[in-house]
Formats: sequence, structure tokens, C-alpha cells
Amino acid sequence: MNILHYWRAMWGIIGRELRRFITQRERFISALVRPLIWLFVFAAGFRSALGIAISPPYETYILYEVYITPGLIGMIQLFNGMQSSLSMVYDREMGSMRILMVCPLPRWFLLLSKLLAGTAVSILQVYVFLGVAWLYEIQAPWQGYLWVLPALMLSGMMLGALGLLLSSFIKQLENFAGVMNFVIFPMFFMSTALYPLWKIRESSALLYNLAQYNPFSQAVELIRFALYGQFNREAFIYTLVAFAVFMAAAIIGYNPSKGMMTGKGGA
Amino acid sequence: MKKICLKLLLFIALTGIAQAETVFVTLEKDNALAVVDPVEGKLIKTLAIGRRPRGIAISPDNKFLYIAASDDNTIKIVDAETLKELGKLPSGDDPETFALNPAGDRIYVSNEDDSLITVIDVDRKKVIKQIKVGVEPEGITVSPDNRWIVSATETTNMVHWIDAKTNTIVENTLVDPRPRAVGFTADSRQLWVTSEMAGTLMILDAKSKQIIKNIRFDISGVTADKIQPVGVVIDKERSRGYVALGPANRVAVINAQTFEIEKYLLVGQRVWNLAFSPDQKRLYTTNGISNDISIIDLDSQTVTKSIGVGTYPWGVAVKP
Repeated sequence: MNILHYWRAMWGIIGRELRRFITQRERFISALVRPLIWLFVFAAGFRSALGIAISPPYETYILYEVYITPGLIGMIQLFNGMQSSLSMVYDREMGSMRILMVCPLPRWFLLLSKLLAGTAVSILQVYVFLGVAWLYEIQAPWQGYLWVLPALMLSGMMLGALGLLLSSFIKQLENFAGVMNFVIFPMFFMSTALYPLWKIRESSALLYNLAQYNPFSQAVELIRFALYGQFNREAFIYTLVAFAVFMAAAIIGYNPSKGMMTGKGGA
Repeated sequence: MKKICLKLLLFIALTGIAQAETVFVTLEKDNALAVVDPVEGKLIKTLAIGRRPRGIAISPDNKFLYIAASDDNTIKIVDAETLKELGKLPSGDDPETFALNPAGDRIYVSNEDDSLITVIDVDRKKVIKQIKVGVEPEGITVSPDNRWIVSATETTNMVHWIDAKTNTIVENTLVDPRPRAVGFTADSRQLWVTSEMAGTLMILDAKSKQIIKNIRFDISGVTADKIQPVGVVIDKERSRGYVALGPANRVAVINAQTFEIEKYLLVGQRVWNLAFSPDQKRLYTTNGISNDISIIDLDSQTVTKSIGVGTYPWGVAVKP
């Protein structure tokens, strides 16, 4: 097995995922509509026309829609991570997972490729979203649009790994609604995506702690800082560790002899 | 030797970059003067400067700072380099705003409570005349051609045109309620006046002394009572003018040719006074309630940074 095999397999998986995303126009639009509704409708209600107090990485006063933008980028990646895990469950039910798994490459590599594919799709969505936000006068310094790419890769991988881990638990497609209620919503709302930490602290110390240690918060902060050309080391390490933990657990989860797959009859 | 020369050159070049302009901000509540390096975006230091310092101006040769210490009833002369106090000027009671003439040898002070304009001979440090104006004079400016001194009186709702040669009022123009600040265009042809209460900016023709344009500010999401225009400045080319909108926390950008409002820039809370950088590439705002100044990059028309300076920043002056 040489490196070329790995390369070909990885591009096969990524290519399939990207092609699937681009040809499914409804999926593309719906993936974009969700954060845009949050931006145009939700953020408009909370506009705080007189400006939000300065907190890093911002160097001056901002409007709420500027604050919420990195949070919505995180939301795109969170939903995308969950969506790709959903497609894993679907693939398993439809049997196409079997085809993937018979590939004579290590399982972890196939999962990683799957993850990369999902992340690539989410990054595509994020840049389109950032483009629309730019037209809406939510504009970061141009360097930020480059710096945000590695941040998006890491945060996308972390959230994708979480999705993979969850998909290893889910037996049937119908159970996915549970993931929505028990994972996506709590993760999203108990984070710095919608409100700054100091604001959460004003209402509840417990919520403040939950939000602070929520890996989704850290991913959002990593994106937020990167978008303004700054590197948030703490958020980077936290997100990286979270990725490693989720990924390791997902690999174990997908191992037929040890993991959650036993007795599921899948893969 | 060559190496040393090169090092020296490099040193000079580097210090040249480091010695960019300096921004001075009066801190009304802290009784102090804040010194800011706007390029580094840092507060360098604050020093005690007398009680309730408000109005501030720099001499045309950039050597002296004049600072109105309202509760000391004086205008202090400060060396702009060493920041040592060099002397005082007799300003009349409670000086708040004042204006220097282009030559820098006369200072005109608004004495709000006495409804007077005090004319000071800067070199002799003497009062030449006190001119009776309307009630509560506030905004004051001298036209760049040194022909007019204009004083706006907040309660009389007038701008008074004072002949700079005779120091007498020649004409009055009725304007919108509570005129706060006045500023001439560089060609001395127009006078821009802000009305705090009406939320408007009026453009007056210096020849006819009549209002030729009245602009009302309107910001979506901000109630009209919060829009209280104060400080006004116009760039040298008269391409754009800028108006500080007080508790609306914004600076309005106005096309000085078409008089259209181009943009509102979000800055700190209760923005009052404005000053250009010497090259007019940046604009500095004092934000009274959020205790900071904001820096606006005029090329990109964006607010780049806000820097905490101390309690109640009021006036701002820039030294190249």
C-alpha cells in the first residue's frame, strides 16, 4: 500500500462529498439560509445600535451583527458536522458504507478522509456566507479572510469529529432528532456564539462556566480572533485537544470489535 | 565606520517612524491631560493640568498647547514638547471653548455664564476686549482668512458674526435650537453649524450669512433624542465634513460638495469633539462617557481603534 493509494482514496471521498454538495442545490441554499436568517432577523432584533463594549479581538465598538458573525460561522460548521454524521448513518442504512469500509485502507484513515470532506464542504459554505456578510457591511480586515482558513479547518474537523462520534452511537436515521435537541442546541446556545462571556456571567455563573468550557465556544473564539488577524492560543489548544479526543473516540466507536458498532449490524 | 553610519541611519529612520503625531486629550473629570500615540494605539501618559480642563488648541507653529482649565478660570500655556506649564492667559470666568486666529496671536474665549467673548492678546497675555454676545456662548471659530470670528450662543440660538478687525458684531444669523459648534471650510466661504437640539447641521454662506442647506441626521435603530450633533470639522479639500453626534455614538460623514450623508461611523459613547491628523488621513474623536478616544481611518472610512484615556475626555488637539 503506497501513499498514492491513500491520496487517491482521500480525494475520492472528498470529491464525492463536494460533488454531492454542489449538485444538491437545495442543500447548498438551505445551508446558507439558516445563518442568514440568524444574521438578518435575529441579529436585527438585538441590533444594539449604540454599540457593544469592546472585548478582544475587537479594537473598537461594534454592532451586534458583527459580533454574531463568527458565531454563525461556527453554526454553519456545527450543522455541517452533524449533517455529515447524518449522512454516515444514511450511508450505513443504504449500504454504501459497506463499500467504503471494504477499501483496504485503515479505518481511521477513511474516517479522517470523510472528516476532511465534510470540513471542505463547510468551508465552502462559510466563505459564501462571509461574502454575503461583506455585502451587508460586516467586513473584517482582508488578511482575516486568509487567517480564518486554518482556523476553519481545525474547528470544522473538531465539530466533524464530534458528528462522527455521535453517528457511531446512532442506530437509525430517526434517532437524529435527539442529536438536534441534546447536542446541537445546547452547544450552540451555551456558547460565546450569541453573547460575549462577560454578558453570560452577568446572568449566571454556572452558564458562564458551561459556556467557557464548551468546545464549541472555543472553536468560535478561534474563528473570531483569526478573522481579525489574531491568534488565540488558548482556543487553539482547546479545539485541538477536543478534536483529538472526539476523533479517537470516533475511531474506537467505529471499530466493529470494540466499539459501538457491535450488535448494530452496520458497517 | 560604514557600519556605524548605517546603524545611525537606521536608528534615525526608526525613530522617525516612532515619532509620529501625538494626540492630546483633556480629561474633564480627571483634571488631567492624556498624551496618546495614535500610530501605536497607546496611551503614553496622563499629567495633571488644572481643574476641569476642557477646550484645547495647539499654536500654528505647534510649539504651545493652550488648555482651558474651566474651574481655574484660566487658559494654561503648555510647552507641546516638554509638557511643562509656561504660563497662563486671562480668560475670563469659566472658559470652555476658545479659538485661535490663524496667526496664533489672538485667542477668543466663550464665557458661557457671562454671555461674553473675551479677546486675548497671546503675546502680551492681556485681555484686549470683551464682546457682549447672546446668552450662553459656546461654539467659536475664526475664519481661515482671519476676517470673521463666529460665536454660537446656545440659548439665543444665533451665530454672531464678529469682524476680526474691529471686534464688533456685524451680523447675526438665527439658527436651529442650541447651536453647539461652528467650523469654517478652508476657503472661508462656508460656515458649518451644528444644532444639538434639532439634530441638524446647517451650512451657512459666509457672504450672505444665510443658511443654504439644513441637514437632518437620522440613524436607523437610534431614537431622534439621542442624535445631538456637536463637533464639526471639514477637510482641506472640502470633500468631506464630519459631525460628532453625541449620545448616538456616531460620527456622520457628509459629502461637502453634495451635502449628502454618506455614512455613520460607530464610535464610543457621547462623542463630542473631533480633530484631524496633520495629514488629514485620520480623525480623532473624544468619547465622554466611554472614557476613550476613537481613531477613524479616513481612507477606508472605518473606525480602526478605540483607546481608553481617562475619565470624561473632552477636547482633542494633534501635534505633528
